Amino acid sequence: METMTQFGIGIFGATLWPFVWTLLKIIAIIAPLLLGVAYLTYAERKVIGYMQVRIGPNRVGPLGLIQPIADGLKLLFKEVVIPSGANKKLFLIAPMLAFAPALAVWAVVPFNDTLVLANINAGLLYILSIGSMGVYGIILAGWSSNSKYAFLGAMRAAAQVVSYEIAMGFALVVVLMVSGSLNLSDIVHGQQQGIFAGMGLNFLSWNWLPLLPLFIVFFVSGIAETNRAPFDVAEGESEIVAGFHVDYSGMAFAVFFLAEYAEMILVAVLTSLLFLGGWSSPVGFLPDSIFWLLAKSAFMLLFFLWFRATFPRYRYDHIMRLGWKVFIPLTVFWLLVVGVWMLTPLNIWHVQKTGDRGQGTEIVNRAAPASAAMESAHTLPARSLQTGTEH
Amino acid sequence: MTDIRNFTLNFGPQHPAAHGVLRMILELDGEQVERADPHIGLLHRGTEKLAETRSWVQSVPYMDRLDYVSMMCNEHAYCLAVEKLAGVEVPERALYIRTMFDEVTRILNHLLWVGCHALDVGAMTMALYTFREREDLMDVYEAVSGARMHAAYYRPGGVYRDLPDRMPQYEVSKWKNAKTVAAMNENRQGSLLDFLEDFTGRFPKYHSEYHTLLTDNRIWKQRLVNIGVVSPERARQLGFTGAMLRGSGVEWDLRKKQPYAAYDKMDFDIPVGVNGDSYDRYLVRMEEMLQSNRIIRQCITWLKANPGPVMSDNHKVAPPPKADVKSNMEALIHHFKLCSEGIHVPEGEAYAGIEHPKGEFGIYAISDGANKPYRLKIRAPGFAHLAAMDEMARGHMLADVVTIIGSQDIVFGEIDR
Repeated sequence: METMTQFGIGIFGATLWPFVWTLLKIIAIIAPLLLGVAYLTYAERKVIGYMQVRIGPNRVGPLGLIQPIADGLKLLFKEVVIPSGANKKLFLIAPMLAFAPALAVWAVVPFNDTLVLANINAGLLYILSIGSMGVYGIILAGWSSNSKYAFLGAMRAAAQVVSYEIAMGFALVVVLMVSGSLNLSDIVHGQQQGIFAGMGLNFLSWNWLPLLPLFIVFFVSGIAETNRAPFDVAEGESEIVAGFHVDYSGMAFAVFFLAEYAEMILVAVLTSLLFLGGWSSPVGFLPDSIFWLLAKSAFMLLFFLWFRATFPRYRYDHIMRLGWKVFIPLTVFWLLVVGVWMLTPLNIWHVQKTGDRGQGTEIVNRAAPASAAMESAHTLPARSLQTGTEH
Repeated sequence: MTDIRNFTLNFGPQHPAAHGVLRMILELDGEQVERADPHIGLLHRGTEKLAETRSWVQSVPYMDRLDYVSMMCNEHAYCLAVEKLAGVEVPERALYIRTMFDEVTRILNHLLWVGCHALDVGAMTMALYTFREREDLMDVYEAVSGARMHAAYYRPGGVYRDLPDRMPQYEVSKWKNAKTVAAMNENRQGSLLDFLEDFTGRFPKYHSEYHTLLTDNRIWKQRLVNIGVVSPERARQLGFTGAMLRGSGVEWDLRKKQPYAAYDKMDFDIPVGVNGDSYDRYLVRMEEMLQSNRIIRQCITWLKANPGPVMSDNHKVAPPPKADVKSNMEALIHHFKLCSEGIHVPEGEAYAGIEHPKGEFGIYAISDGANKPYRLKIRAPGFAHLAAMDEMARGHMLADVVTIIGSQDIVFGEIDR
């Protein structure tokens, strides 16, 4: 590492080198990510294929492994048709606006103790804010296409993403309450302590067990946020054809596709980081490594595909009902439960914390019930507003 | 002052859920349907008019192309009408074969229906599961008629030929080695009846897979229950037939009420719905598949035990055996007259309706004594069902329109004719 830095400074100079070094790191994250996206489509077609008593791609290359590349090339060479009624500028900006946040979010995602582009303290906040930018791409796409189907898709997507963001946010509030930090690395470290971790059974100390309802709510909200089946009303094929990207073709369509899959991977990785202990190994005697993070993410991704093969599509208003009347009250209630739990002697998080982290938890502890009450009061008008506009 | 207007959506004819070429003008208030205006005629091929210029037998293949997912049932209604007009007796074995293939067709139709319905509602896997079973039944079609869809197997006077003794086999290819092919051909070693018997044994298990995936699925129920409710009175007034009528709780099945073919000798039940919503229609059709399976089993038992002729020996209607044509003067004349002029049907008119998988499919034929119909009218069940679209969809949401189209089981081949 040292020699590399020296070498880089030698070539680019001391001022330019950090910039180049960061660019290199970005490429080191994005290149595997895009490759992962490509092969996630392959995995999806294979996995769903086997679930549906068929084989999936098997013609291009051995076992069809070149298929994603072939698909990419095909889309690359296709014409991007711009509908005559569309607003050309917005129409072309929209896919980028959907894709850019899906990549930008990865800046704060840690892959192990040291492997992270920007280990910032407000990591979780950054993910929430940048991650929700993606919906603007979808709205713009649907709006600028000047098509009724696309417009309906955009409206649905907007409403859906906004409502599930709240449930997701509440789930995250509890996570940061118990870990006392917004920093993703700290959240992962926090999960590696506990009674079970002391016994060498790390996987029982991870957040998923004490925060099980939130784990489920977070993951399901993640599926809804990425507009995947069974929440894929924004592109509900049988209703509004392809929803917001009905008029897109060629690479412009592919970019939406990439964004969707990049976000899927992101949700899977986030779920692994926040609830499944990130890169820590499930049992004490095995070393922690990035491999665990990838394995957990792949496991969560499998659920994305599995759900798609199993469930019918929700109706638009049912999604809203699930989000506003089930998930948000549930998360708020669990927020209260955890807040009270942390004040009792049975608190499992407080005891294990040491040094400065313990202090951080205490601050959160004191603030928790108050903030919980405040936030639940905050949601009430929003909820009644929603039920009022539903019909 | 803003002028708020409803959103008019042109649903189809190029739409994934349009089941062919349904074009519907939807007036939407937000997502809610204010008015649904189905347009027909995009698949009009003038079958009725064409039949007027074809001899009676030549119209049989046109019937396949009406409702192109329940081919043999269409033929059946047409053959019944011609037989009624010409006063032809059909041999008993042919009646049983027709009954069996009507039920095979019913399963074929309902499998396609449940697959596409589920696909419309968003459950992709169902379509592939049902197509797995359809494949076997398509092979049965192929074995008996040479065609996997447009069979042209029923003829006035019986069926074109007796059931074959062997099934078509899979062959070794670049992608399937000898071992795979042998496993795939394992249940195809016997006659068609053996294969079909094997299928009827397997089918209930497949059927329970569909139930597992859909019936108690919360999302599936949320999407179907109380969607497109039709009361029994209204269903009668709208001219509903088949599963649409039974889903509303009216026990009406031509197989029981006006038995034709060998249905009076069959033991089966008619499933009836309670609420008249899409979910009840779904359950009714699902149960009908099992009842069809029962009927097929009974037919197989009878057909295995009772060999015999499958075509009428009235050679004014049915062609004589080819061997006779070579040696027998009278047979040669019959052959010549049938193949050049076709059947001469006495003057008169006749209506024959059958319990088609979609409802009552009827053929009304008028003959002026020539070798072709003077007029042929087709009663397509889907036409009446589609006409109720506005009433069923009004007040529901856009996604429910798709559910309702699915639960109506529409095929445009018969509606546009």
